[in-house]
Amino acid sequence: MTLISDKLARFTTMLRIRMVEEMIAARYDEQEMRCPVHLSIGQEAIAAGVCAAFTRSDYLFSTHRSHAHYLAKGGDLPGLIAEIYGRNTGCVRGRGGSMHLCDLDVGILATMPIVGSTLPIATGAAFGSKLLGDQRVTVVFFGDGTTEEGVFSESLNFAALQQLPIVFICENNLYSVYSPLEVRQPARDRVALAAAHGITAALGDGDDVEAIFSLTENAVARARNGGGPSFLEFATYRWREHCGPHYDNDIGYRSEAEFLAWQQRDPLARTERELLASGELCAATLSDIKASLQDEIETAFTAAREAPFPDESTLFTDLFVPTELCVQAA
Amino acid sequence: MRTLLYTEAIREALDLAMAADQRVYVMGLGVPDPKAIFGTTAGLQAKYGPQRVFDMPVAENGMTGVAIGSALAGMRPVMVHQRVDFALLALDQIANSAAKWSFLFAGKQSVPLVIRLLIGRGWGQGPQHSQSLQATFAHFPGLKVVMPTSPYDAKGMLLAAIADPNPVVFLEHRWLHSTFGHVPPEHYHAPLSQALVSRPGSDITLVASSLAHIEALQAANILAQHNISAEVLDLRSIQPLDRETIHASLKKTKRLLVVDHGWKSFGVAGEIIASMSEIAFTDLISAPQRVTAPDHYPATTPAHANLYYPGVAEIVNAALHMFKRTPMSESDMQLTIPLHRDVPDKNFRGPF
Ligand SMILES: Cc1ncc(C[n+]2csc(CCOP(=O)(O)OP(=O)(O)O)c2C)c(N)n1
Ligand SMILES: [Mg+2]
Repeated sequence: MTLISDKLARFTTMLRIRMVEEMIAARYDEQEMRCPVHLSIGQEAIAAGVCAAFTRSDYLFSTHRSHAHYLAKGGDLPGLIAEIYGRNTGCVRGRGGSMHLCDLDVGILATMPIVGSTLPIATGAAFGSKLLGDQRVTVVFFGDGTTEEGVFSESLNFAALQQLPIVFICENNLYSVYSPLEVRQPARDRVALAAAHGITAALGDGDDVEAIFSLTENAVARARNGGGPSFLEFATYRWREHCGPHYDNDIGYRSEAEFLAWQQRDPLARTERELLASGELCAATLSDIKASLQDEIETAFTAAREAPFPDESTLFTDLFVPTELCVQAA
Repeated sequence: MRTLLYTEAIREALDLAMAADQRVYVMGLGVPDPKAIFGTTAGLQAKYGPQRVFDMPVAENGMTGVAIGSALAGMRPVMVHQRVDFALLALDQIANSAAKWSFLFAGKQSVPLVIRLLIGRGWGQGPQHSQSLQATFAHFPGLKVVMPTSPYDAKGMLLAAIADPNPVVFLEHRWLHSTFGHVPPEHYHAPLSQALVSRPGSDITLVASSLAHIEALQAANILAQHNISAEVLDLRSIQPLDRETIHASLKKTKRLLVVDHGWKSFGVAGEIIASMSEIAFTDLISAPQRVTAPDHYPATTPAHANLYYPGVAEIVNAALHMFKRTPMSESDMQLTIPLHRDVPDKNFRGPF
């Protein structure tokens, strides 16, 4: 294959996330993925645009809704699928399932479902990088709901105080589970809230992968050069139910019309249209990309389903690591 | 006799409490949403309005403080978290404020606050969404901690908790939500401090609460086939602990087996055994035993759910061991346990 452009690479990342999650959705009712799944379908542009601005050695933290972030940062696909299937070949050997991902080879330290818990931890990772002078920048993803937790302010405060190399990415999809933003927050401006800490902050279109990329690229460059933290909020929408593979517009917390309006804006279709129009992508290449992704994804699912479950002998391991491993060389 | 689902019993208690007392309000993430905390708050906002039944920001610690403050000012807040694990974020306000308020202010003030916490085991919810933290809460003097098993007690104890002038942690196991039982329609209280002899027996006392109590009853049935007559106690309240009822039972049976889904060490079972060793030592004719979760975390993988959680078989065999009988295989017990112990029943299709 010819060398693909950066734009095409970002599109491919989005497409790959979409295809992976649609496969999860399609197979979920087989009752073999026995853990909660929070899909990012509709929100892919943020993961793809943001992560393209980071290197493999930069750190990433995320939440319960993290498949997209994991994949965009380069997390191992077979490791993700096997994890959701609870297999020993999963990225944390079946310990955590969909909500606890990790791939240290590409800087994905942790995704965790306790809302807000990774915000200060990510801040701490950035603090560690600053102290060590290791040039890493940390990215932490979280939702609109997370900005209501006390640790949101606490993290912004410390990150600003210490001018830490961290980029806070808020994906505002308008809901926390089935609770709309307006019943949880006054009409406050979270960008201004971050800016009030002296943090460089901006609001972006969560459907525009290139705009997301360039906002983040600036933020990362600033962080790497000692310019301190940034906060970026992106407007977006979760298409499927909060947790699980189905659509839930019928249950009454949001309208079908609202959903359809957002679906119209489909960030993936939009990017595809743009690339086809500009000639950076042609129909033949697109179908090649799709076919090879389909292959890759099917292979990962097959491998996961054939992989062994964790052995009984691992039931009680890892509560601590052996003490000698903790002794760091001076 | 009228039967209700456990969730309907909870809903009815909230409804009656709100109708009887203007000061009662209900808040929590998802309280007015279409799923209505698994149905337990369904229709309440329509009936009592958004001032008294409402969603809240995702801010557990802060909102617990808000609940405490409003209680001091004369309200009767009922707070609910869909997983007990989320209350850990609020442990500061629960333990440092609510639990100590009456003591600190010389009984001049108290905090009439009820916190409903749902134990969410199953379907790969993993170590951060399925903890059994009754011992954690019970460890703080000044908190009442209850775990009703039956729909009858769920309603009566919730009403009693709301009427109580002190903070009450009300633990509901998700797997009990789909159980049925007799629930009278009227306003009644079930005690917040008394264990219940749910099955009389003469040879061994099984003490358990919540889902573990259902398992203990099933175990008692199997033990009966071995001519072992088990007396089963439904603890209902963890703090205060009804030591008198347990002791009275031990005088008769002389054997104690405690079942608790919390971790083994420093837990509810340990406390019961320790206090019975203190006050009933001479009544006992064999070393007390406990069936608990291991001192470890449940992985998400279904493969480990089957191994991690103790169940009826473990209770039966722990009891048989106390009688020096040979253990039974799980298949001989003919239990209706689903293939994977990560679901409450075989009809469950996930996710929670
Ligand atoms: C501390 C805590 N409180 C509540 C929950 C339940 N919960 C799980 S996901 C979620 C939604 C959070 O909303 P948001 O941050 O906007 O993320 P989204 O799901 O929209 O991506 C909530 C409240 C939790 N996991 N942790
Ligand atoms: Mg959200």
